[in-house]
Amino acid sequence: MADKLKLEMVTPYGEVLTTEVDDITAPGVMGEFGVLPGHRSMLALLQVGEFSYLQKGKRHFVAVNWGYVDVDQDRVTVMVETAEPADLIDLERARKALGRAEEALKKLSDEDKEYKVMEAALARALIRIQVAARKGH
Amino acid sequence: MPSLKVIKKRISSVKSTQQITKAMKMVSAAKLRKAQQAVLATRPYAKKMDAIIANLVAKVPDLSHPLLKERPRERALVLLITGDRGLCGGFNTNISKAVERFVRDNPENFQQIDVAVIGRKGNDYLKRRPGVNIVKVYENITGEVNYQTASLLGTEYAAAFTEEKYDVVYLYYNEFKSVISQVITKLQLLPVVTPKAEEELFTGVDYIFEPSAQEVLGQLLAKNVEVQIFRAILESRASEFGARMTSMDSATKNASEMIGKLTLMYNRARQAAITKELMEIISGAEAIK
Repeated sequence: MADKLKLEMVTPYGEVLTTEVDDITAPGVMGEFGVLPGHRSMLALLQVGEFSYLQKGKRHFVAVNWGYVDVDQDRVTVMVETAEPADLIDLERARKALGRAEEALKKLSDEDKEYKVMEAALARALIRIQVAARKGH
Repeated sequence: MPSLKVIKKRISSVKSTQQITKAMKMVSAAKLRKAQQAVLATRPYAKKMDAIIANLVAKVPDLSHPLLKERPRERALVLLITGDRGLCGGFNTNISKAVERFVRDNPENFQQIDVAVIGRKGNDYLKRRPGVNIVKVYENITGEVNYQTASLLGTEYAAAFTEEKYDVVYLYYNEFKSVISQVITKLQLLPVVTPKAEEELFTGVDYIFEPSAQEVLGQLLAKNVEVQIFRAILESRASEFGARMTSMDSATKNASEMIGKLTLMYNRARQAAITKELMEIISGAEAIK
């Protein structure tokens, strides 16, 4: 059995990553989980959160949006709507988005259609800020 | 024959038109390249998603989902994707005509056909046609396509379908084949047509689905609708630039031809004027003798 995972990350805007890694952790809908080489085949849904992988002793962080992970014979395919590596996140923009989402949520009641949209935007902004803080770790 | 001044004026006006069409052609070519790349970039994602859905449907028996449900087709919605701007040959007109034909040809098959239009040009064409019921118009979203827009549209129509507002949703768009050919494509968006499996997935004996196969499928189907819309908008955008490029190219060629003809006319007129003047001088000189 190979001791590496083949990681592939795809978004509607194109491929983000194709690389070999030692392990991954992903934000599943039922909680965060890790995948090591030799893992059983699995298809899991992801939620907005922090995805990370270990490569050459260094942990890399990526902020991901809705998506899913397919693990099959040490091949890991991550399909997400958006993926932003920690060092590419514009912290300023994320903070602004957070402010906007908070403002909008104050005005809306939870029955409005937009409420869910803004709630999701809030979650995304929070995660982006959190991931950005990991830069250089 | 028109006077020299008039011809000269026309030549310069055609020339300036040609400059515009040339510039537009160049701009479209550059934008086309970008749009084409965007289309190519979504393909791996869409393909993978199709594969997973196909395999899931095949693998898990008795899967049912509101988005897969076939109902008697009484109310239909047509989602038409056009451009916001003209000067691109028959791009907008052809597809709008196709939708008009669909609406006109199917009065007995459906109780009601509604049309939602993306892009200003489609709306401009269809709003003047009798019998076409436009329920919604989206403008300025094909300029800079982002996934979120498509996602909102997808959620909206998936909800309309599950609430039984519509029994079937069709998508009309121009598929990008090459720079010179765009194919009008009609796609059934809802109920979701399960794609055919191209590659075998889930060959592993016991696959873990988290949280459950049913849940995974449900989410994927909803996403699939969004991805289809996203891809259709991108295809349509690439087609629009392609169509604009070719039509501007032929406009530029026509302008050159016209300039050639006008120049010939101008030279002839000039020659005639000179001959006339010479004759006048000669006959004047004769008379003095």
